[in-house]
Amino acid sequence: MLNTLQAPTTTDSVLRVEGLKAYYQMNYFGVRREVRAVDDVSLTINRNEIYGIAGESSSGKSSLIKTIAGAITPPLRVVEGSVKFDFGGRALDVYADPQAMKAARWQNLSYIMQGSMNVLNPVRRVKHAFHDFAFKHMGISQSAFRSRVEQHLHRIGLDPRVLESFPHQLSGGMRQRLTIALATVCEPDFIIADEPTTALDVLVQQDVLALIKDIQQRMGASIIFVTHDMTVHAAIADRIGIVYAGRLVEEGPTLDVFRRPQHPYTAHLISSLPRIGDNKKRSALPGKPPNLADPPSGCRFHPRCPLAVDKCRSENPPLVVRQTGRVACWRAGEVQAA
Amino acid sequence: MSALLELQNVNKDYRIGGFFDSATLRAVKNVSFTLDSSKPEIFTIVGESGSGKTTTARMILGNEAPTSGTLRFMGQDIAAIHSRADRLKFMARAQPIFQNPFEAFNPLTTIDYFLFSTAKRFLGLRDKAAVDAATDKALNHVGLSLAEVRGRYSHELSGGQLQRIAVARALIPEPKLIVADEPVSMVDASLRMSIVNLFRDLRDRLGVSIIYITHDLSTAYYISDRVIIMHRGDVVEAGVAQEVLGNPQHPYSRALSQAVLPPDPEAARKIIMAKIQ
Repeated sequence: MLNTLQAPTTTDSVLRVEGLKAYYQMNYFGVRREVRAVDDVSLTINRNEIYGIAGESSSGKSSLIKTIAGAITPPLRVVEGSVKFDFGGRALDVYADPQAMKAARWQNLSYIMQGSMNVLNPVRRVKHAFHDFAFKHMGISQSAFRSRVEQHLHRIGLDPRVLESFPHQLSGGMRQRLTIALATVCEPDFIIADEPTTALDVLVQQDVLALIKDIQQRMGASIIFVTHDMTVHAAIADRIGIVYAGRLVEEGPTLDVFRRPQHPYTAHLISSLPRIGDNKKRSALPGKPPNLADPPSGCRFHPRCPLAVDKCRSENPPLVVRQTGRVACWRAGEVQAA
Repeated sequence: MSALLELQNVNKDYRIGGFFDSATLRAVKNVSFTLDSSKPEIFTIVGESGSGKTTTARMILGNEAPTSGTLRFMGQDIAAIHSRADRLKFMARAQPIFQNPFEAFNPLTTIDYFLFSTAKRFLGLRDKAAVDAATDKALNHVGLSLAEVRGRYSHELSGGQLQRIAVARALIPEPKLIVADEPVSMVDASLRMSIVNLFRDLRDRLGVSIIYITHDLSTAYYISDRVIIMHRGDVVEAGVAQEVLGNPQHPYSRALSQAVLPPDPEAARKIIMAKIQ
């Protein structure tokens, strides 16, 4: 049990993001607007690791993973930096080689989407979804494909008969399991999971998380897991990166981040979690999320930060290595863990 | 002691299926509870989707008539309210807050329109200054002011702010009861606390009773005074929140409380790893 809490022993990285800046650049009727949704993010994801990305809505976490997946459309543009994958010795630079990116999609890099009802076509049987998503990427015959899909469903504990159902005949949990099956049928090296449990009923949430963890362990894949729910990160992520206003403000092994948060924003996220058996009053963060078209100067968290000093208002803190992780805060480590 | 809201053996049936081949689905079965008017409280209805909690809320707001049983609000049978004047009087005392603040406000209309029309309709105000004053007062209760909100569209505000404005709108007629159906499920985890704290504050400062409907046991534990747990239309457990949620007896309430992930990596991981084996 305990060994799952430590970072994976293999240190070779599967994804390297360096100095990535992606902005929404708009120019309507002569008014230029620039929204810095991803601002100078560098991170590395190891093989066989679940990396959790946490942050509130409009913090830029969806833009970040879209940029990593190479699935951006204008007005979102990559301004600077690079996204490089390494799939077992086969290197891939997302923004240098669009052709290779096309080949890697689904085969090496896949995506678990949020609204399972919107992913599966409501007027076609589920088997067509598998065909549409994965058949082209596998390069095998129709009948071999069918048996591969059935095998895969069987392996993750779903009855292959669901292939003949329409989405409305299945429960929400079942549909989400199918989207997970869809994303993993090609046994990809890297999976992006965007809020896969947010729309689910409480009773099935744990089962879906266990399924994701189980598949990840068996295939040795890496997962970027995005959600604003810190309890989900606690349950499944090996390392967590906290995103605030387009910037990575803290990163570290899950256990360390929960025990000793270094950034005041992280400390707030963790201490505000309600728990059964304890109803003492918890404070809420004052203020509102910053507007990314006109972010605050210096540290973007300073208007809401209880520890802010003059330096925070004028100078942007760099992301520096501290203890087991990295943190971007002038007063890092001074926060009281809850 | 007089009852603010009293539900007595309330049932609700829906007919499902076609014209020739139909069945009845009992969405709410025999629900009874009473809220006391002298002691404002946060009364929570917990349950998964399909448990009948929203149907109960709709009946309390008078949007749906019960198949049998009675709902009384301040002594008056809710299903027997027919005239427009009585209906307005009832609505001024019992106000709803909806799940998704982004859908609750028309995106093409400025937010203040909804606040002003609530003030005009329920308080009968005509004078511009009086309408502004009533709106500003309600917004102050939720930590905002009219100056911040005037002329803004819903897309210019964050989800947390919009939900606060939705609460402020409900507060304008100075209601006795607020029915909040999943008010935080569409709001970010980090902003959830500000809404939930606001409910506590309204109960303590303004003496408003709140019916809080949720599937999230951890926030239910955090703010509720009393709680009922519903499963397929039945109330399976009821009582003081800390006792019911801290030590659930019914198998369904136990399953619900076990479904809450603890905010602690070691404990949460053990649960997930146990599920894999």
